[in-house]
Amino acid sequence: MAPKPDTRKPVGFFIAMNDAAPRSVGAVSPQRAGFLEPLILKAGKTLASYELVYETYGTLNAERSNAVLVCHALSGSHHVAGWYADDPRKLGWWDNLIGPGKPIDTDRFFVIGVNNIGGCHGSTGPGSIDRATGQPYGASFPLVTVEDWVVSQARLMDRLGIERLAAAIGGSLGGMQAMQWTLSFPERIGHALMVAAAARLSTQNIAFNDVARQAIVSDPDFHGGNFYAHKAIPARGLKLARMLGHITYLSEDLLMEKFGRVLKRDEYGFNYEVEFEIESYLRYQGDKFAQVFDANTYLLMTKALDYFDPAKEAGGDLAKALSPAKAGFFVASFKSDWRFPPERSREIVKALVATGKDVAYAEIDAPHGHDAFLLDNPHYHQLVAAYMDNVAHEVGAGERREPLALATGELEEMRGYAGRREGGG
Amino acid sequence: MMQRHDFELIASWIPERSRVLDLGCGDGVLLAGLAATHGVHGYGIEIDDANLLASVKNGVNVIQSDIEEGLAAFGEGAFDFVILSQTLQAMRNAERVLNEMLRVGREGIVTFPNFGYWRHRLDILGGHMPVSKTLPHAWWNTPNIHLCTVKDFEDLCRKVGAEILDERVIHEGKSIRVLPNLRGSLGIFRFRRP
Repeated sequence: MAPKPDTRKPVGFFIAMNDAAPRSVGAVSPQRAGFLEPLILKAGKTLASYELVYETYGTLNAERSNAVLVCHALSGSHHVAGWYADDPRKLGWWDNLIGPGKPIDTDRFFVIGVNNIGGCHGSTGPGSIDRATGQPYGASFPLVTVEDWVVSQARLMDRLGIERLAAAIGGSLGGMQAMQWTLSFPERIGHALMVAAAARLSTQNIAFNDVARQAIVSDPDFHGGNFYAHKAIPARGLKLARMLGHITYLSEDLLMEKFGRVLKRDEYGFNYEVEFEIESYLRYQGDKFAQVFDANTYLLMTKALDYFDPAKEAGGDLAKALSPAKAGFFVASFKSDWRFPPERSREIVKALVATGKDVAYAEIDAPHGHDAFLLDNPHYHQLVAAYMDNVAHEVGAGERREPLALATGELEEMRGYAGRREGGG
Repeated sequence: MMQRHDFELIASWIPERSRVLDLGCGDGVLLAGLAATHGVHGYGIEIDDANLLASVKNGVNVIQSDIEEGLAAFGEGAFDFVILSQTLQAMRNAERVLNEMLRVGREGIVTFPNFGYWRHRLDILGGHMPVSKTLPHAWWNTPNIHLCTVKDFEDLCRKVGAEILDERVIHEGKSIRVLPNLRGSLGIFRFRRP
């Protein structure tokens, strides 16, 4: 019998780019789900109706037991894995982690990526048209919290016929959503994987977020959040916010190693133009981001980060706050991450242990800082793979069809900087 | 499933459904075994990346942390048993670790290679640091920095105010009752704070 051609293998243009890459979920297309049931938000306001844009990879099994939800961070989206047929360069932001044979193995799991409400990648957000007025929501778009997102994600799971998630996974703000799932819907989730996350932001983190917000709102083109009507974009503010954020997502050592004090020209110019490589890099990243991201979404996402604090309602007692959870937990931090440092993860682990929850905790030696959660790191990926293999056994999703394929190598890492910038925070 | 000789004895001491903390849990097989046979709910502490991964593969609760930095993540009396299996000899401050064990656990179990084992004594007499099954490293690459004899460990228990509940010295799985500090290669102690 002739071997069946492997249709999932990257083809054409992509294979020329990187033919050594592990297999991918391939070309994917986003889907859209409309919800007419009002969403009552934690802020007290109500979203009368909304749309969620999402992608899925793999196949939901007959028992509907193999669903894995991927929650995105500040600037991420539903495009988690694979690429678009009309834009093969646009790889999903966690494509190195999710796919056939990868740590989250789409041969066995049905993986869902969803753009959160308030986002700017297709789900209802500040830039969407408010049906009540026929105009973009702008400043009138309500603040949405992690808890609200989790409710909206659960409704999407209802729509997809998924009663219970095998797991939810996220990094940073995404990890907060995975944690909230175990508290809002303890019966509906088997495992929560929280990478480079925190149970609440530190003072320093809130401070960084506020500087970013001030950069945006003080841009004259912001127009109090209603810049759409003025056909303007507060690009200068958004650029500054991104530049600041970007610095905090990387470690000092990494910046030193990648850019050092290298100059664009041979000598100092003794002026205020771009001189150091790091200036050029940050401005480029800031400009690129400002062209594609929505300023109101940036404000909203940073506020959602600031507000998240499940211990608050338990008198500051995180262990008490986590006690309703029934899930197993995987918690990982990166030693060089100073934005969401290991201490924040240890707080989570301590609270989980105090209430007798099942938890595995890894403190990973990666040099990249906070963004390490998006990048290739064999040890980190092996840990996720090992944990998810056990989840697969638990939900009856069976064994890997092929040995674990780990994304490694300089190309992957460089792509992390060049293209996968959208998951950070 | 559990192959190490000290594991069998440890398992025989631990009642069903106990809460167990395993310090330096390695690949997690002791905890995995205790969970399967005794319905134990446990956590392991492990510092080494490869061991951590092996523990995750074995499906145990494993926390990457340095035992020497204390057990701050665990409350007083949080566990029925705290196990330190063939790890004591690699600790910088064995006394502090023992005190921490007594704080977070109702009972402690420690196993260690007995430096007083006759072959070790013979090696020293012959002018060399001992190398054996329980002490497989050469002096210049050994992680074992605080080796002790069975009698030495008894002294440390007295010093930290631990009451010894059970004390065994074994060699290749067999309990040594006559001249244990000379004939046994592995000491196994069970103790508590009275």
